[in-house]
Amino acid sequence: MRGNTSLVVRLASAGLVAAGLLASPALAQEDTIKVGILHSLSGTMAISETTLKDTMLFLIEEQNKKGGLLGKKLEAVVVDPASDWPLFAEKARELISVNKVDAVFGCWTSVSRKSVLPVFEELNSLLFYPVQYEGEESQRNVFYTGAAPNQQAIPAVDYLMNEEGVERWVLAGTDYVYPQTTNKILEAYLKAKGVAAEDIMVNYTPFGHSDWQTIVTDIKNFGSAGKKTAVVSTINGDANVPFYKELANQGIKAEDIPVVAFSVGEEELAGLDTEPLVGHLAAWNYFQSVDTSENEEFIAAWKSYIGDDKRVTNDPMEAHYIGFNMWVKAVEKAGTTEADAVIDAIVGVSVPNLSGGYSAMMPNHHITKPVLIGEIQADGQFETVWETPGLVVGDEWSDYLPDSKDLIADWRAPLSCGNFNVATGKCGGKGIN
Amino acid sequence: MRLLRALGLILLFAAGFGAPAHADEGELRTIIAKFATSKNFRETEAVVRELAATGDPAVGRPLGALADGNLSFRKSDGQVFIVSEAGGALTLLDPLSGGRSGEAASREVTKVRVNNSLRRAVREAIGALTLNSPDAGVRLSAAETMFRSPDPEAIDALDAAIAVEAVANVKSRMEEARAAAVLASDLGDSEKLAALKTIERRGDRTALSLLAAVKGRADGVLKGAAARSAANVRETLSAWDAAQNVWFGISLGSVLLLAAIGLAITFGVMGVINMAHGEMVMLGAYTTFVVQNVIRASYPGLFDWSLAIALPLAFLVAGGVGLIIERGVIRFLYGRPLETLLATWGVSLILQQAVRTIFGPTNREVGNPSWMSGAFEIGQMSITWNRLWIVVFAFTVFAVLLYVFKFTAWGLHMRAVTQNRRMAASMGIRTPWVDALTFALGSGIAGIAGVALSQIDNVSPNLGQGYIIDSFMVVVFGGVGNLWGTFVGAMTLGVVNKFLEPYAGAVLGKIIVLVLIILFIQKRPRGLFALKGRSVEA
Repeated sequence: MRGNTSLVVRLASAGLVAAGLLASPALAQEDTIKVGILHSLSGTMAISETTLKDTMLFLIEEQNKKGGLLGKKLEAVVVDPASDWPLFAEKARELISVNKVDAVFGCWTSVSRKSVLPVFEELNSLLFYPVQYEGEESQRNVFYTGAAPNQQAIPAVDYLMNEEGVERWVLAGTDYVYPQTTNKILEAYLKAKGVAAEDIMVNYTPFGHSDWQTIVTDIKNFGSAGKKTAVVSTINGDANVPFYKELANQGIKAEDIPVVAFSVGEEELAGLDTEPLVGHLAAWNYFQSVDTSENEEFIAAWKSYIGDDKRVTNDPMEAHYIGFNMWVKAVEKAGTTEADAVIDAIVGVSVPNLSGGYSAMMPNHHITKPVLIGEIQADGQFETVWETPGLVVGDEWSDYLPDSKDLIADWRAPLSCGNFNVATGKCGGKGIN
Repeated sequence: MRLLRALGLILLFAAGFGAPAHADEGELRTIIAKFATSKNFRETEAVVRELAATGDPAVGRPLGALADGNLSFRKSDGQVFIVSEAGGALTLLDPLSGGRSGEAASREVTKVRVNNSLRRAVREAIGALTLNSPDAGVRLSAAETMFRSPDPEAIDALDAAIAVEAVANVKSRMEEARAAAVLASDLGDSEKLAALKTIERRGDRTALSLLAAVKGRADGVLKGAAARSAANVRETLSAWDAAQNVWFGISLGSVLLLAAIGLAITFGVMGVINMAHGEMVMLGAYTTFVVQNVIRASYPGLFDWSLAIALPLAFLVAGGVGLIIERGVIRFLYGRPLETLLATWGVSLILQQAVRTIFGPTNREVGNPSWMSGAFEIGQMSITWNRLWIVVFAFTVFAVLLYVFKFTAWGLHMRAVTQNRRMAASMGIRTPWVDALTFALGSGIAGIAGVALSQIDNVSPNLGQGYIIDSFMVVVFGGVGNLWGTFVGAMTLGVVNKFLEPYAGAVLGKIIVLVLIILFIQKRPRGLFALKGRSVEA
């Protein structure tokens, strides 16, 4: 029985590998540098992750057009972890030990990332993780190209507080690790800013929640107490559309109770009529509407690659763009794709981002990014209404949580530690490594 | 017009500005031109205030356009226009008169940027100016704005507007706005006590917060009166809250009913564990998407009819797929529930992936027709139109299905076959076809449920997965093989869920409901309405 299953798995993965090969036809058969793509192509997360798989294939094709890397062509190896968290670990192992890839770009949810971490550590390979996440982690083999909470959540709350004069807060999220941790950080931050406990309402809903009547009514009631109220939403994926539809139908206008979301980008808005939602906000490090020549080129090339003029770009795509270019540059600098050499070479590498500046890889394996706050427009795009004056360095261990405020990460020799406690002077304060 | 002028004057005197009521046009244009040069939101806001301070009703047009994001300036000469887009090119309209004054490509103009606080500033600025608008809706929102930001100096303007107002609900809103302004003013206690009564009659949460604020700053008689009013409002509100919860429960129940009723036929009546049921719902939703797409592209005028057109098509598509599944897979597996479960689960994965391949993995936009958008108020309860129509629709589908089962020959055949297959066959009923058609009917009903659910949920390949567990829960809880059981089961679960949610939260509420169902099934394994007699054992 066991033999049979593994045969099936092997056949299936062979099929997927073949699919990956087919998807990038212009490559040589031998002597290629292999790049693993670990994004769900089926199951609940396929909605977000499929686009990132296409983005990676697109970036690899563009790189091959430029002549590849170290004189070799790049070859994409695509696997489908099917939104199944344990399968992520299995597929990661397969990519590294069977397919011998030199770097992996992938994962979306925090739980999938946590599931693959031990694999990357054990087999000493590289993972580039492109999604905004809750922080509280820094691992030697992982590069976090999405936003840490201080690159998204905190500036968004600051904007609402200073520009819109918000005094009462609803923290609404889906019930899992990212919203829970982010809300914990935000609650601590708001209280530090003098917001009273009764002016904060925290609400969690299950994955894929579709009946928002009660919660939207609660928000409306909470917001009618005479103080300016805003909703900070860490609601994930599928649940957003019914949430925004209910907001629109109950007539909650952005001028009265603005909603700022951390998981809603151009892709998510594609399934919505945004006319009634104009003015609600999102905080990201990139919007498709950003007016720079790099961005214009990227969008044009992406649209022609995907063959659909209506396809949008979004923040995690930009994160892959930055991460991929950083990896390319680090490999060129190191002269090899060997993991240890690349890990040493990549810190300090800086590449252009799409919002008109340069992003650099920091010693904590997080990157520098600008923070943009955008308002939803009637055409489904965002208009930037505020941005940080400079770049913000990703802070892996939040300064607002008592557990982590003394921790730092620095992967350069001689410290080489992901959770160095500055108070005790020892490596290994908290966390998983 | 005279009244307008008088009103403008009153407003201006009240606000203490010396400019004439009708600022001359040149002056207005000079101020409007400043929109082109303001560098940030604060500067734009200053221009808005300056325009509002002229007190000229003509500024309503440019300010409204600004709030809607339609105000732009030409890059070449910095002239400000209202733009309206038509097929790529932009039409430039004069900001004051609204007359056509040329065209431009979208690259030649720059939008005056707005954000929420600016929109709010505009709304407050034009609130008083639009109190006399010919459009009742505009007057209503003006009164509402003035209620939310009470200004004692607007009392006279409100008095003038109330005197001529003909529409009853606009008038009462204006009176409430006046009462709020009176409470914020330094008028005598008797006036304020009357105002408290008006606010109390309004009776919603905004009124409550206003009363709480009055209670906080007033003293003596007024303080006591405000406290009493607030207590009264709170009492009525809690009654309305209960009513609102019942309504939410019915609404959730009707969604559950729609999702489960097809399953009540395939699982409840035929005994087939159909894991692909959710995907039938999804196919219905995608049919709606395709129909709307065709309508948007070719017959935009028919958009409000899109759901009516999608209904029969969704029934046919989902029913057809159901027929194919029954003929191709399930008929070989009757009486083998475990194999049916696995096979239909496989079918569900195939359908999901097929849809993902054809339509892409991202959400598809299904629009609400105008008659399904927005909400209306009954007392202190707001009811959204889409939920109301879904409740009506679910009940209609249920009634039709009940009729088909009870009073048509086909329904008789279905019941006969499911109760005693061999006897029915000997009476000349073609049982295989009845099976196929029953399954197709169940699937088709799931398809039309998809049309309704596309209005409240997202249309993605995963749509069905969210409903399959709930559907089984409803059918098992209500009693297998009984449509009324499904109905009562769906409504009970809906209402219980919604009463638990405010106290326990959505996550815990769902868990409590599941535990309750498990306990209930322990006590009554056959659900609420158990079938009795020999057919149960067969």
